Amino acid sequence: MLAVSNLSAGYGSFQALFGVSLEVRAGESVAVLGPNGAGKTTLLRAISKLIDASAGEITMEGARLNEVPAHEVIGRGIAHVPENRRLFPRLTVEENLRMGAFSSRKKFPERLKFVYGLFPRMEERCGQLAGTLSGGEQQMCAIARALMSGPKLLLLDEPSAGLAPVVVQSIFALVKRICAEGFTVLIVEQNVQQVLKVVDRAYLLETGRIKSSGDAAALAASSELKRAYLGL
Amino acid sequence: MKPLAWIGVAALAAVPLTGIGNYPLHLIIMCLLWAYVYTSWSIMGRLGLVSLGHGAFLGIGAYTVVMLWNHYGFSPWLGAPLAVLLSLAAALLIGLPCFRFRIVGHYFALVTLALSEVTRLVIVALRDHTGGSLGATPNTALAQGNTWSLDALQFSDKRVWFYVILAFWLAGLWIWARLDRSMTRLALDAITHEEDAAASVGINVTRSKLFVTLVSAGMTSVGGVLYAQYQLYINPETVSGIGISLQMVFGAIAGGMFVMLGPTVGAVFTLLLQEGLRLALGDAFKQFPALDLAIYGLMLVLFIIYMPKGILGAALEWRARRRATPAAAPG
Repeated sequence: MLAVSNLSAGYGSFQALFGVSLEVRAGESVAVLGPNGAGKTTLLRAISKLIDASAGEITMEGARLNEVPAHEVIGRGIAHVPENRRLFPRLTVEENLRMGAFSSRKKFPERLKFVYGLFPRMEERCGQLAGTLSGGEQQMCAIARALMSGPKLLLLDEPSAGLAPVVVQSIFALVKRICAEGFTVLIVEQNVQQVLKVVDRAYLLETGRIKSSGDAAALAASSELKRAYLGL
Repeated sequence: MKPLAWIGVAALAAVPLTGIGNYPLHLIIMCLLWAYVYTSWSIMGRLGLVSLGHGAFLGIGAYTVVMLWNHYGFSPWLGAPLAVLLSLAAALLIGLPCFRFRIVGHYFALVTLALSEVTRLVIVALRDHTGGSLGATPNTALAQGNTWSLDALQFSDKRVWFYVILAFWLAGLWIWARLDRSMTRLALDAITHEEDAAASVGINVTRSKLFVTLVSAGMTSVGGVLYAQYQLYINPETVSGIGISLQMVFGAIAGGMFVMLGPTVGAVFTLLLQEGLRLALGDAFKQFPALDLAIYGLMLVLFIIYMPKGILGAALEWRARRRATPAAAPG
């Protein structure tokens, strides 16, 4: 479904990604793991066109994404849940969800029903300003907002960041349910143990390069992972 | 609320029929005109696009229509649309690069500040055609005892202007309210806080910003046309440049740019302040010509610190709190 080949990207003169290639097949859930500063967020920002790639190619269902402007990426079926949620704080939860369906407004009522079914907590909080939600609820709201566009591929950027351990558990349970609903998921995480229980496959990203990849279970047992994180 | 609003408008529309004097009527007209202009400004300002350059659009509106009439004999009916087009072009010139290259916040304000000064300087520099800093007067079409000329859009009867400007003020409020309830407002609110996330949900950031900028600039230039045709005298200082631009910002913020009637309250407040300062300071103005600007600047700082929601915004909030208190604590 999504194919990234030899992607390089960065900010100004600073290069963060060096020839990264990866693939996400339909129905799959894939993780990109790596320590701080490995380029995980940059990778997702490049896929959703918030930054331009300096080299390489990104294709979604065979169609090249490189020249597509950021606001049209969602029309290709890719929804991005950004790092630190990035909700619209002065809008209510429901208005945030309405914005999530900005590109397909006619489907708003039916999608809202679907999303409220998935997140009953969001329905309880529908009139509350998004900026006043708790951290876990904000993460839920951010995921719900992304689902409102009816995406084929969901990009999740560190959904567990800054949340209490108990809440992290519930967020990963939620990610698992979203995968089970048939969404294809590309998730970027530092919380290796948890995320490997949720995804099918994973890539290991280190200083902007893919160091290894494989089945979640195999990677969990591999020494590469320990080396990347612990320097062993 | 709705019937109350209609009663208010009807009462306002009945004012000229009470045989009110020319000077109070003039003050009311100026209030409505500036209320319209401040409302136009706040359409952008409330969505995080703080422009210090709306004097440019006001100036383009006023000067285009008068210059076309004086030099080419173009009726304001033709001049006004051209003036609006010209100011839209100026808005595009400044907006497109700013929004494309993500110049936001203070930097955007600085760029717009430059636009308004450039407009003023251009008007002054073209003094052979524009009259320079002495200003310009539209050639009168009211000779031979005519009291009005529809073709030249000149009316000596202030009551006519009262109704014309009342209509524009109402139209301005209507546009404000339409926009307030629209998806565009939500989208721009989203952009103001999280530009990347807004783009990710499919909002075309550049186009949304450009849209409100064009609406606001076009409305402001119509304000310039009305000003010129009503006052029949324009001057680069009073219709463009930093002074008038700052006055618009001040008026909208002082009244409350997040509520519909905020800029209108701001216009009343500014006018009272102006007249009050004139009475209180008298000759001091002649010695220190920028004194009023200094006072606006100081008050703007005070408002932003102590009353960021403006007079009307703060008043509505206070009322909402007072209503909420007894409900929250029953018995």
